[in-house]
Amino acid sequence: MKQYKKLVSPYCFWLFALTIIPMMLIAFYAFTSKGTEITTFQFTLDNFFKFMDPIFLSVLMRSLVLGVLTTAICFLIGYPIAYMIAKCKENTQTILILLITIPTWINLLMRTYAWMSILSNNGIINNLLQSIGLGRVHMMYTDFAVVIGMVYNFLPFMILPIHTSLTNMDKSLTEASMDLGASRIQTFFKVTFRLSLSGVLTGITMVFLPAISAFVIPKMLGGGQYSLIGNFIEQQFITVGNWHFGSAVSLVLAVIVIVLMALIYRVEKRTNVSNEDEEGGNKRYGKRKKIRKGSMH
Amino acid sequence: MKKLIELNNLTKEFNGQVVLKGIHLDIHENEFMTLLGPSGCGKTTTLRIVGGFEEASNGEVLFDGIDISSLPPYKREVNTVFQKYALFPHMNVFDNVAFGLKIKKLDKAIIEQKVLRMLNLVGLEGFEKRNISQLSGGQQQRVAIARALVNEPKVLLLDEPLGALDLKLRKAMQIELKNIQKEVGITFVYVTHDQEEALTMSDTIVVMNDGSIQQIGTPTDIYNEPENRFVAQFIGESNIVEGTFVKDFLVEFDGQQFVCVDKGFDEGQDVDIVLRPEDLDIVEVGQGKIEGTISSIIFKGVHYEIMVETDERMYKVHTTDMSEVGKKVNLDFWPEDIHVMEKMGTY
Repeated sequence: MKQYKKLVSPYCFWLFALTIIPMMLIAFYAFTSKGTEITTFQFTLDNFFKFMDPIFLSVLMRSLVLGVLTTAICFLIGYPIAYMIAKCKENTQTILILLITIPTWINLLMRTYAWMSILSNNGIINNLLQSIGLGRVHMMYTDFAVVIGMVYNFLPFMILPIHTSLTNMDKSLTEASMDLGASRIQTFFKVTFRLSLSGVLTGITMVFLPAISAFVIPKMLGGGQYSLIGNFIEQQFITVGNWHFGSAVSLVLAVIVIVLMALIYRVEKRTNVSNEDEEGGNKRYGKRKKIRKGSMH
Repeated sequence: MKKLIELNNLTKEFNGQVVLKGIHLDIHENEFMTLLGPSGCGKTTTLRIVGGFEEASNGEVLFDGIDISSLPPYKREVNTVFQKYALFPHMNVFDNVAFGLKIKKLDKAIIEQKVLRMLNLVGLEGFEKRNISQLSGGQQQRVAIARALVNEPKVLLLDEPLGALDLKLRKAMQIELKNIQKEVGITFVYVTHDQEEALTMSDTIVVMNDGSIQQIGTPTDIYNEPENRFVAQFIGESNIVEGTFVKDFLVEFDGQQFVCVDKGFDEGQDVDIVLRPEDLDIVEVGQGKIEGTISSIIFKGVHYEIMVETDERMYKVHTTDMSEVGKKVNLDFWPEDIHVMEKMGTY
């Protein structure tokens, strides 16, 4: 076993070079400003105070709302799809999963351009609406368009982990539940859904993280003036050239995401624990009665 | 005993492959019935049809005289102990056992009382708060049994429940299961491929092979009076000899005629004859019925397994008396040691 440990070292190197160092650089920039002639950098918290401006905060709020909305829609669409795929025969499952992954092989920009032509004022939907006599609807450059674009792009990342957790589940567990008198619906909520929660959490993480920091999709479907926190950071780095402020906003975003994810995992753990505590009595009994060790024989 | 479950001409096909070929079976109240057979013989499929997890292609399942073939599992008065226990990993021991009672929305106090009594019965008092992953295989097994029994089913179905346990624990659990069955007084239908397990626990053994029932009987019947070559070979060890039924109480094999206790076959009919290794005796030349030479001796612990070569064939003998390889001996047996069976296709 021991000699295999050395095989980890290249991974450690890449982790350090590609993740740790950039993170440290961001933190470094966030807490500094351009200094005088003598010192090149100066420690400061100004970047963070600057971000406390209501205009900037509303951008952050809007990003969070759209991120949560996108994640919720992905979950509501993705769970039933994953569930239905998991119910299919194995060969069918392989094909369906392939169909869901294939779009991700195409470049994100291409896929989003496709949505532009679908949603635009002279696009497919509007032409269709007009041909059945329902007038045109303005869709491009709205929250609606941005959310559609994000849901479309991130949906596979919700479906795949849920599908995996559902197919890894022991089929006899649902049989046992039905055997014990639970109807199909009861079985789903008491057993199937509970046991797929880990997949759901992975899905939420994999959708929420890119959704909250997206900047290409909002830029294309939301228009040039449209600003989410991802666009804001991009502007600070590329257009404005204020790396210090951009880094500070990135850091704030990272902290918010970490706190949110920690909360979600906490809640998941809680529900597990509260489930066990549901019968107030058994705790009592567990303590009162002596545990019979080796009672197997 | 009252008939509880009746299987009428059950057949089952999976993708064109016939798994059950017309099963007729009566399961009675309070009976410990074992479905015994090699893997792929259809015993688990039969059990799953009774449990409602599989639908028969043809035939019907009567419960108390009412056809339940199309009822879903949650509407049947049977409960199952699954092969790999199928305990809910997100619940502790108490909640696993209480699952069925909570679904029935019983009063909390009653649930607690019933669960604790059941855990007591299976010897797991004090384990209520344990997580499933903290339990050993044998303890998980007990939780699975308690979880099924707490619902007070009329019939408990057990699908090779001891298969994953080690030998010693398995033997202890066999006796315990039999005791639990006596105590709760309900019907157990038990599936296994282990003939010893079947002999130890059952009131009735149903020997199955290739999708059909070979023999139904008490353990003693099945062991002493196997109806055909398959049963004789599957249950215990046996020397199976082809012979001819001369007339009632007289058979011929290995070129000699022997007195037996069987009757009712046609005169001159070709039959299979079973001689159990433990029924054969090795005696001095001239004192027995068949002549032979000892060709090998293997020590098996309780007995020696001695192969005796005769002019016609090799006989396996189980005896506690040591002998020598190469020695000329006679084989001896009593008329009641000869079991005559209908001849059937070769296995």
